[in-house]
Amino acid sequence: MPSKSLSGSAPNAAPAPSPDGFRPSDEASGSGRPDATPWAATGAAPAAHVHAALTRTSSGHEDLRELESGLDSLQSDADRKHRIDWSRILLPVAALVVLVLVWQFYVSLGVKRRDLVPGPLDVVGQMGLLWSEGKLQQSMWTSLQRGVVGFLISVAIATPVGLLLAQVAPLRRAFGPLISGLQVLPSVAWVPAAIIWFGLTDATVYFVVFMGAIPSIINGLISGVDQIPPQYRRVGTVLGASRLQMALQIVLPAALPGYLGGLKQGWAFSWRSLMAAEIIAVGGTIGFGLGSLLDQGRTLSDMSVVMAAILLILGVGILIELLVFGPIEKRLLRSRGLLAGSTR
Amino acid sequence: MPVVLEHLGKRFGDGAPVLDDVNANIRQGEFVALLGASGCGKSTLLNIIAGLEAPTSGALEVPSDGAAFMFQDAALFPWLTARENIELALKLRGVGKAERRAKAQELLELVHLGSAGDKRPHELSGGMRQRVSLARSLAQDRQLLLMDEPFAALDAITRDLLHDELERIWKETGRTIVFVTHNVREAVRLGQRVLLLSSRPGRVVQEWAVTEEHRTDAGLAGQLTGVITARLREEIRRHAK
Repeated sequence: MPSKSLSGSAPNAAPAPSPDGFRPSDEASGSGRPDATPWAATGAAPAAHVHAALTRTSSGHEDLRELESGLDSLQSDADRKHRIDWSRILLPVAALVVLVLVWQFYVSLGVKRRDLVPGPLDVVGQMGLLWSEGKLQQSMWTSLQRGVVGFLISVAIATPVGLLLAQVAPLRRAFGPLISGLQVLPSVAWVPAAIIWFGLTDATVYFVVFMGAIPSIINGLISGVDQIPPQYRRVGTVLGASRLQMALQIVLPAALPGYLGGLKQGWAFSWRSLMAAEIIAVGGTIGFGLGSLLDQGRTLSDMSVVMAAILLILGVGILIELLVFGPIEKRLLRSRGLLAGSTR
Repeated sequence: MPVVLEHLGKRFGDGAPVLDDVNANIRQGEFVALLGASGCGKSTLLNIIAGLEAPTSGALEVPSDGAAFMFQDAALFPWLTARENIELALKLRGVGKAERRAKAQELLELVHLGSAGDKRPHELSGGMRQRVSLARSLAQDRQLLLMDEPFAALDAITRDLLHDELERIWKETGRTIVFVTHNVREAVRLGQRVLLLSSRPGRVVQEWAVTEEHRTDAGLAGQLTGVITARLREEIRRHAK
């Protein structure tokens, strides 16, 4: 293989400086000046043949290792310790206290009749009464159990379907709009249909939960997959990943933040759908859940029961977020270096 | 010859050709720097050699087991630690679970990151990430290693060090390396041969041999850099309106 060398060069070659102003002739005469190199400060300055960038800059394997480890420690952040941040606990509690005080203040003004707008103390009293009757525990347990079981089944169905839709373009084009549409359709709309199909049984409740949760989990997963940097797939191809390996080893973990967002929304939808179903479908073999408690309060025109049920439904939602999704999300984001600078 | 390119051409759709009549032979164990200005189809050529894209004309001969690829950004998976990133490459290559860990540690030692294996990519500096990425591409265990401007985004100090590092690893592992860059000094510093690609369409217009003397004598290296820069600028000037 003949290679054209210096002689075959362009006429104006000699004075041409390279784009960053480096002049070959200067550097040639400046050889053996270790103080002009960035290495001098490390104390490992090699003596003779140091010419920044153009030739070898380190004087051997050990020297290179030392230089690199010095640079690594200069360029890496020192480890930061994580301490308990009390403002994370105190601020939400303070906000809650303020809200309850405002509520109590409004009630004590006496604008509305007490049986229409009960105060915080009345509601707490009612909760105590429901607890002693065993109704509170029963309804809470029934709803929570259904919500969690319905949600987990939804996850098991939605995850493979979502992955399939995200990875196979024709399927996505065909069913994508339908899935998005289903997410917009309030799942309560399915309650009448479910009652006709399944009667007043648990199947009705679960059906409504699925129709609420599954589309939103699928959508979350798809949007998570859409946001994967294209580079990851290219790396996967270069590394020789098969289609299945690509989906499970690269696409799914890469889409995890979006997927988790979908799961959160999926939980919210299944909890809401569950409450809607429980409020509308009462009786038959359907157990006594929080929604049923709420409906009972309405039937008896007992506002304190209604308020207690609303607060319990809200409380469950907050607890699941604080104890389950919050920590998982935080860990996920921190491990990927996405938490810095956020207000979480 | 691990890589032979004959009259290679590439065009996307009905557009102007990106590559036209590219000819090159790359020997076993050779370090070739592929130099060119923007729009010369360097990356396209690399993708073709890697088998990620197909040429529209001409013929090419590449190793049957494909090529390892290193990208400009490290492209490490952020959900895996440095070690796990390398282990994933081994896993996708079919290396057994027991062997993976030892091999990954070996590769981390090779790039001088033996103690940083449990760090996540975001905890590593740019240079460290690129070294993990290099270790990962070595984990693919292909004779041919394609590098697409791997040091372009690094600071100058780190880049100079990584040049030394890459040269050392090239000598230790005996890989055939095709290194794409738009930096003349980098091409002269690393390549045994510098191939200059013209722009629009890309075509090998000239090549230079870089000898061992160029590695130790900055004067010679500077001279060659000047010559290549001049030729490169001549190529760029052709596109002036």
